[in-house]
Amino acid sequence: MQLTSFYFKSNVRRKLIDPLLQRNMKRFGGRFVEARAAVMTEVDNLETIRVAAAAIRDRSLANLDSYLVAFEEQALARGSQVHWAETAQDVNRILIEIAQSNGVKKIVKSKSMVSEESGLNDAVEAVGIQAIETDLGEYILQLAHEPPSHIIAPAIHKSLEEVAALFSENHHTPRQTDIPALCREAREQLRPHFLSAEMGISGGNFLIAETGSVVIVTNEGNGRMVTTLPRIHVTITGIEKVLPTLNDFSTIVRLLTRSATGQSITNYVSMLTGPRQEGDLDGPGQSHIILVDSGRSRLLGTEMQEALRCIRCGACMNHCPVYQNIGGHAYGWVYPGPIGAVLTPSYVGLKNALDLPQASTLCGACQVVCPVKIPLPELMRVLREKSFEQGLRPWHERLFIRLWRGVANRPRLYALMTQVGVRVLSLLGGKKKLLHHLPGLDGWTDGRDMPAPQGKTFRELYRKRRS
Amino acid sequence: MSARDNILARVRRGLGLPGDIAGFERPAVQEYIRKNPRGPRPTYHWSDHVARFQERSEKLGTSVDRVASLPEVPEAVARYLKEKALPQKGVVWHGLHALEWERAGLMLAARGAHADDLVGVTGAFCAIAETGTLMLLSGADSPAAVSLLPETHIAILDVQRIVSGMEEALALMKSEREALPRAVNFVSGPSRTADIEQTIVIGAHGPYRVHVVLYGSVYVQ
Repeated sequence: MQLTSFYFKSNVRRKLIDPLLQRNMKRFGGRFVEARAAVMTEVDNLETIRVAAAAIRDRSLANLDSYLVAFEEQALARGSQVHWAETAQDVNRILIEIAQSNGVKKIVKSKSMVSEESGLNDAVEAVGIQAIETDLGEYILQLAHEPPSHIIAPAIHKSLEEVAALFSENHHTPRQTDIPALCREAREQLRPHFLSAEMGISGGNFLIAETGSVVIVTNEGNGRMVTTLPRIHVTITGIEKVLPTLNDFSTIVRLLTRSATGQSITNYVSMLTGPRQEGDLDGPGQSHIILVDSGRSRLLGTEMQEALRCIRCGACMNHCPVYQNIGGHAYGWVYPGPIGAVLTPSYVGLKNALDLPQASTLCGACQVVCPVKIPLPELMRVLREKSFEQGLRPWHERLFIRLWRGVANRPRLYALMTQVGVRVLSLLGGKKKLLHHLPGLDGWTDGRDMPAPQGKTFRELYRKRRS
Repeated sequence: MSARDNILARVRRGLGLPGDIAGFERPAVQEYIRKNPRGPRPTYHWSDHVARFQERSEKLGTSVDRVASLPEVPEAVARYLKEKALPQKGVVWHGLHALEWERAGLMLAARGAHADDLVGVTGAFCAIAETGTLMLLSGADSPAAVSLLPETHIAILDVQRIVSGMEEALALMKSEREALPRAVNFVSGPSRTADIEQTIVIGAHGPYRVHVVLYGSVYVQ
């Protein structure tokens, strides 16, 4: 996927004044938040399960090499073919090799965020193979030539009217006016593709080391279609997705679906182990699994390792006041919201996504709802520190921080400057005690007034009270 | 070095483990998989699995019927299809083909599902009370697409095979089967999507309707 995270600030500026996006994001508002809150009341020991889920993920990561090898051994024993991809380009190369050596002309895909990382659809189309997204949201975006803006609800930024116009234009059908009719239309358009494609590609929510299974957690049924009907099934997923056992999966799925869509369980949970067996009437003849590193292993053993616990539920973005206002595209890569603000700089390089860790008020909502307790605000703070240390922040910001440090290390000077400062600001605040502009801090005062100080510093007031 | 070796070497370096590839399957990992511990879960407040299964199923949009014994199932299925004005023909799992479907006025073929089948009748390996979930195992007599391609999926289930949670369902499978089938499908209600304006629509790519016919009775010892 085209990386535009470097332009985060100008992306945001554009998104904030896009009336259509703003209307659609307002609608998005709190629906996921409310649904999650309602369904979590079923879990009377949520914290106990969160701790257990985080421990399961930590166990997987701390022994990742062993669990990957165990997974590979089981998967091979069941007749799956396991491929290892070091980079996003390798993913595309391996996939195209499998497709071409099997004469594949058409691929149906269910959602795979990892395939977005490598821009897989463009790569296969460049060699003359058709790739069709079948998740409704992804299908809409493929018609609109847009990337997803949310990891579980990719077309969250689109309205009914926009979808209706896209369908009518692309399907040459009368324009629909209600959502069920649009869903029916997508079903009827995509059904023939499921039946005629030679290859199905899916992501993998989890890999199970115990059994060599790929687990996918879905609602629409397209995930089952692409893994059942075409003669070749390819799973593309990250190396960090391995879980030790099916019991561990049972623990985690209770939090995954509730955190994601507010469902106690999704419509379908499919555990797929190897290709079609002797006597089977359906299922793919070949099962391939592409295990993708693409930056993940670099996070192990660093402060960022906890980010690899992520089970891709999307709760952090659903609850993020920044995401709720700017939508997912502004983040400029595959993973938006708080987890994207941590993963994107880690995967593509901090200098290419410099402002993402700043895209947070550190309010902590993401950490509170994360089912595997990733300390997202802390990780963003670590990235902020790193970007300063590496001299990546703009010169005026670095200068300001140096000056501030100089002053803050000298208590008397600090006291004097704050005493002068509050008095000046108080005067500037006028009768209403509001500052409309602050030189050098326009970004802050453009959208709101700063309340002026009321006259004395904290230290002065404290001293007065003590005396 | 292959991509595999490079990735594993990087992982091991990151984790601060010695770099050689040989003999690195740590006993602790094998031991954990062998022990296969179960994690914590929410308190189960119900005692009647059947009632809980029915309540949760209906919440998901699955309708539930109950008959006394297996031979009564075809009549119950015919009744449901008639009530909903659905076609009286479709496809059925081999294992259920011996039931007297024709006497109930139904034309069910025992084969894999075709694209134009409108009704699919399956069994279920077991079901989960906690979430109202059916567990279906693929196999020669139980093709996976029968519960997927038709617009209406009807599942026949022995009430004695409703277990409490996913862990119990998996344990039951391990105790009765030598190996996992190609596909274990947990089905919880008709397919759905909320990808347009977060509005839930029932019937995405899979069935529009899921109907469960429970038969038999639970023996209390």
